[in-house]
Amino acid sequence: MTITQDGSRSTAGAASERRGMNLTLRIWRQKDPTVKGKMVTYKVSDVSPDMSFLEMLDVLNERLILDGDDPVAFDHDCREGICGMCGVMINGMAHGPQQTTTCQLHMRKFKDGDTIDVEPWRASAFPVIKDLAVDRSALDRIIQSGGYISVPTGTAPDAHAVPVPKKDSDAAFDAATCIGCGACVAACPNASSMLFTAAKVTHLGLMPQGQPERNDRVVNMVAQQDREGFGGCTNIGECSAACPKGISMENISRLNHDLLGALRAGARPKS
Amino acid sequence: MPLDLFTEGDPIADTKAPTDVPIGERWSTRRFRARLVNPANRRKLTVIVVGTGLAGGSAAATLGEAGYKVKSFWYQDSPRRAHSVAAQGGINAAKNYRNDGDSVHRLFYDTVKGGDFRSREDNVHRLAEVSVNIIDQCVAQGVPFAREYGGLLDNRSFGGAQVSRTFYARGQTGQQLLYGAYQALERQIAAGTVEQHARTEMLDLIVVDGRARGIVARDLVTGEVSTHFADAVVLATGGYGNVFYLSTNAKGSNATAIWRAHKKGALFANPCYTQIHPTCIPVKGDYQSKLTLMSESLRNDGRVWVPKERGDDRDPREIPEDDRDYYLERIYPAFGNLVPRDIASRQAKNVCDEGRGVGPGGLGVYLDFGEAMQRLGRKAIEAKYGNLFDMYAQITGEDPYETPMRIYPAVHYTMGGLWVDYDLQSTIPGMFVIGEANFSDHGANRLGASALMQGLADGYFVLPNTINDYLADGPFEKVGESHPAAAEAMQGVQSQVQKLLSVNGTRSVASFHRELGKLMWDMCGMERSEESLRKALDRIPEIRQEFWTNVKVSGDWHSFNQTLEHAGRVADFIELAELMCIDALHRNESCGGHFRAESQTPEGEALRDDENYAYVAAWEWTPEGAPPVLHKENLEYEYVHLAQRSYK
Amino acid sequence: MTVTDSGQRRTPKAAKTNSVFKKVVMAVSGIVMLLYLVAHVVGNLKVFAGRESFNSYSEWIRTVGEPAVPSYTVLTVVRIVLIVAVVAHFWAAVSLWRQAKRARPDRYVTKKAVAQSYASRTMRWGGVIVLLFIVWHILDLTTGTVNPDGDASPYDRLVASFSNPFSTAFYVLALILLGMHLRHGIWSATQTLGQSNKRRERTVNAFAIAFSTVLIAGFLLVPFSVLFGLVD
Repeated sequence: MTITQDGSRSTAGAASERRGMNLTLRIWRQKDPTVKGKMVTYKVSDVSPDMSFLEMLDVLNERLILDGDDPVAFDHDCREGICGMCGVMINGMAHGPQQTTTCQLHMRKFKDGDTIDVEPWRASAFPVIKDLAVDRSALDRIIQSGGYISVPTGTAPDAHAVPVPKKDSDAAFDAATCIGCGACVAACPNASSMLFTAAKVTHLGLMPQGQPERNDRVVNMVAQQDREGFGGCTNIGECSAACPKGISMENISRLNHDLLGALRAGARPKS
Repeated sequence: MPLDLFTEGDPIADTKAPTDVPIGERWSTRRFRARLVNPANRRKLTVIVVGTGLAGGSAAATLGEAGYKVKSFWYQDSPRRAHSVAAQGGINAAKNYRNDGDSVHRLFYDTVKGGDFRSREDNVHRLAEVSVNIIDQCVAQGVPFAREYGGLLDNRSFGGAQVSRTFYARGQTGQQLLYGAYQALERQIAAGTVEQHARTEMLDLIVVDGRARGIVARDLVTGEVSTHFADAVVLATGGYGNVFYLSTNAKGSNATAIWRAHKKGALFANPCYTQIHPTCIPVKGDYQSKLTLMSESLRNDGRVWVPKERGDDRDPREIPEDDRDYYLERIYPAFGNLVPRDIASRQAKNVCDEGRGVGPGGLGVYLDFGEAMQRLGRKAIEAKYGNLFDMYAQITGEDPYETPMRIYPAVHYTMGGLWVDYDLQSTIPGMFVIGEANFSDHGANRLGASALMQGLADGYFVLPNTINDYLADGPFEKVGESHPAAAEAMQGVQSQVQKLLSVNGTRSVASFHRELGKLMWDMCGMERSEESLRKALDRIPEIRQEFWTNVKVSGDWHSFNQTLEHAGRVADFIELAELMCIDALHRNESCGGHFRAESQTPEGEALRDDENYAYVAAWEWTPEGAPPVLHKENLEYEYVHLAQRSYK
Repeated sequence: MTVTDSGQRRTPKAAKTNSVFKKVVMAVSGIVMLLYLVAHVVGNLKVFAGRESFNSYSEWIRTVGEPAVPSYTVLTVVRIVLIVAVVAHFWAAVSLWRQAKRARPDRYVTKKAVAQSYASRTMRWGGVIVLLFIVWHILDLTTGTVNPDGDASPYDRLVASFSNPFSTAFYVLALILLGMHLRHGIWSATQTLGQSNKRRERTVNAFAIAFSTVLIAGFLLVPFSVLFGLVD
C-alpha cells in the first residue's frame, strides 16, 4: 500500500497493475482540543481487502511518520472487538457500514475507488483529544453514579444461595455485553447516551442481587448522564442500529419503566 | 552451560509461606500471622496500583474498600478496556457443583501437574482454595454467568480437565468478570477512596532506601511526566507476549512497568515461559497487527486435522476421510483434541513443518465441525459457538459452517514475570506484583480458565490480606519529588523520552517491533534450540543498536503522541527479549511451554530434567553490559509427586 | 490524564430538567391529544348523517352538561386541557431539541441515517407544521376567521372550506404528517412510559401503524367527500 497526501507525493507505479484497492480517505485532523479541525485528504493504494480498517490506518500512519508528518491519532487496543476502545465515524456511520467495531471492520466492505470519510465521535460530552481520539470518561462517570452492586470483597454468600432464572440471567447478559465504545452516542441524532445507561440499568436490574439499589441506581445514572451534557432520548433507534453488540431498544424502555417506578417510590438523585 | 551469558548468584527462597503447618492450613495460618493495620491508620497509607485488569481492578477496589488511599493508573481511556476483557473461555473454581469428584486438592493437583512441575506448591494450593470465593464474589456483583434452567450456575469442562469446574458467561467470561471488578472500582472512585489516573503510563519505579515508594508516570494526553508517591506500589500490568509483535494481546499491552521495575532491582522469573495458544486465526499478511484467539472450547467439538499427503491442496471438503490425518486423536488417543495447549500447539507446528499445513504459507491446520454438525445439528453448534463462528467469518471472510476453520498457534500468555514470594511481594520491599505480571502460579504452562482465576484471586483475596503485613510498618517517611531518588528516576525518564525523539532516523518503530517479533517467534517460539537461541542472542543487540541510532519518532513529547508511547515500549521489549533468550538457553530441558529441541523423548515429547532444573530461574539486572545474574529458587514437591506428564 | 474530581476539567451545560421527565411530559400530553383526536374523528363522521345532525352535534358540544353546569363548561375544560397539552408537548419538544443542539454543537461532515424512519426524522418539523395547521384549522372552522363562509353554520363552514382545493390540499398534507407523527409518537410513548419490550415491539408498531392509518383515513373521509360532492 502506498500513500499520497494531496499531491505532495505521487502514487508510485500504475495502480491498475496492483491487486489491492485504491481509496481516497478524508480524515478529520485536529491537533488538540483548543484548535479547529478540518478534513484532510489522503490517497492510499494497494489496500488488501483482508486488512482491517485499523490496519489500513496503521499502514497510512507508518508512511506519514517516515515522511515526517504527524500520524493520525486514533484510539484502539484489543483489536478483537471487545475492549470498546476503538470507534470512529466512517462515511457517516458509527463504526462504518457494518454493525461491528471499527477494528473488526474489514476493507473487503469497500470497493476500489471509494472515498471514505473518517471523523471522530462528535458530542460535547466527548471532547476531541486529537484527530479521531475523543475523551469518553463521561461514560465512566455514569457508571460511578450507580452502575454497580455494592458488595465489598469477601462478604458474598455462596454463589448458589440465590438461584437466578435462566431467562433473566440470559437477558441480563445480553445487556451486559455493552462494551462502552460510545457508538450509540455518536450515532444518535440527539447525542444521547441513553442506550449505554439503559444497558447497565437493565443488566443489574434483572439480577436479584441488583434489587436493593435498583431505584437509586436508575435515578442517579439518568441524572448523571444529563449532567454530563448528553442529549435526551427520542426513541429514534440509531443507537441500537450502530451498536456493535446489538444492544436493543428494549433496554431503554426498561430504564424508563424503572425510572418512573423509582420516582413514584420517592427515589431522588443525589446532588 | 554458556557461562558467558550470565553469572550465578545466591539462591533465593520464599520465606512467607508457613511451611510448619500442612499445606491446607498454610493460607489461613499466613493470614493469621500477617500483621493487620488499624482501620484508622489505613487512611494515612497510600497504595499505588498500576493496571486495571482483573488483578489490578479488583485489588484497587478492594484496597479502597479497606480504607487505604489508592491511586489507580491505566494507559487506556477507561479501566474497562484492560485486556482481561478479551478472555473468552471461563474461570475455574473447585466448587464441585457437578459432584464429579472435584475438590480444592484436585484443582491444586491439576494445576501443579498442568504447570509441568515448575510452580510453587504453596501458591497453587492457595489459588485453588480461594477459587471458590471468587465465584461467590462475582455472582454477588451481578456477573451474568451461564445458568441452567433450574437457575443454578452451569459448568463446563475446559482445556483438558476431566471435571466440569469452569464457570463461564457465553464466550465473554473475561469481559463480564472485568466489568464486575471495573464497577467495584468505579464505586470506590465515586466514594473518593481511589484516585484515578486515566491514560497515564508508568515509566519508572521510585525506590527510596530500598523500599518501593512511588512511580514516575507520563500523562499520555498532555505528555507531562510526573512523580507519584505511596507507601506501597502494586504492579498489575499484565504479560509481555507482545515481545513477539504478533500475539493475542492488545496492541497496547506492554512490559514497560515490570521491565523498568526489574531494572530497579526486582528479579524477573522464568522469562522464557511463554504460552502459545493452539486455536488462533492464522496470519494473513505483512500488515497484520495482531492475532485473534478462538476460545479453546472449540476443541470440545471441533476435530483437528491436516491432509495425510504433503501438498494436498484440494478443497478441504473434497478430501475424503481416508486422506485426512486427525493427528491429535492419532497420537493422544486418551485426550484426543483436548490435550493441553502446549502439546496441541507443538503438534500443529510439527505437521506444518512436515509441509502438511494448510492455507496461505502452509501455516495452518483445519478445525473441523463437520462431524459435530451432523451429530448435534447446526442449531446446537450455533448456540454453543455462534459468536466465535461469527468472529471467524468477520476476520477471514470465510463461512466456518460451510468449510472447516483454519487455525494456527499464537503467543497468548506469559507464565514468566516478576518474582514474588508467597505474599506476592517482589524482591523490592513494598513492591507487589499480581496477575499475569508475576510468575507465580502457572509454572511452565497455564491451564485453560486459570488466568482469570489467578488474576481475581490475587486482586480480591490474596494481596489485600498480605499487603497489610508490609503496611503495618508504615506510614513511611514522607518523600517528595525533590528527593534524590525521585529526581533521578524523573531525570532518567525524561532523558529517555528526549533521546527517542532526537534519533530522527529512517525506520519506523513498528518495523523494529515486527523484526524483533519475527526473530523471537522463529528462534524462541514454540521450539527452541541452542542454535536458534544463540542466533537470536547475536541478532538482538544489533537490533537494539540500530533502534537507538535509526528509529524515527515523529512529533514531540508534550502532546498526545502514540508513536512515542510505542517507541518506549519497543525499547523495553528489545531488552526483555534478550533476557528471554538467555533464560531459554540456560534451561536445557523441555517443560510446559518451553520446548527445547535437545530435550525430547524418542517419540518427540517434551522431556523434563527434574534433577537439574526443578527450580525457578530468577534473574537480576546488572547495569551496562554486565551479564545478568541467575538466582535459583528450588522447587520442592511435598504433595504432588514429580511425574512426567502424559496425555496419551 | 488525571481526574481527581468528576467534571473537574469541564463543566458541561447540563440540562436543568431530567431528560426522561421531558419525554414523559411529551408522551402523556401526546396521549391526551390522541384521545381528543379519537373523539374528534367520531364527531366528524356525523357529517354523513346530514346538516341537521352535524349542526346539532356542534351545539351539543357547547351545551353538554346543562343544566348541572352552565353551557360551555365542558367545552372550556376540554379546551384548557388541550391547550395545556399542546403547550407541554411543545415545551418538551423545544427543550429536548435545544438539549440535543448543546449535546452536539459540531455537526458531522458526513452523517447517514441507518435506522430512523421518515416518521421519526420528521417529528420536529412535522410537529411544527401540524401546530401551524391546528392554528389555521381553528381559525377556519372554529372561529371562522379565515373561512370564506365564516358566519355560516358549522356544516356550511366545513363545506365552504373543503370546496376550496388549496384548503383541502393543505388539510390533507397536514393530516398525512400528523399520521406519521402519531405512528412514531405511539411507539415512542410506549417506550418512554416503559411499556415496550422485544415481544411487544412488533405489536406496538403494528398497532401504531393501524391506528394512525384508520384515524387519518377517518379525518380524510370528510374533505374528500366534500371535494367529490358526496357531501354538500
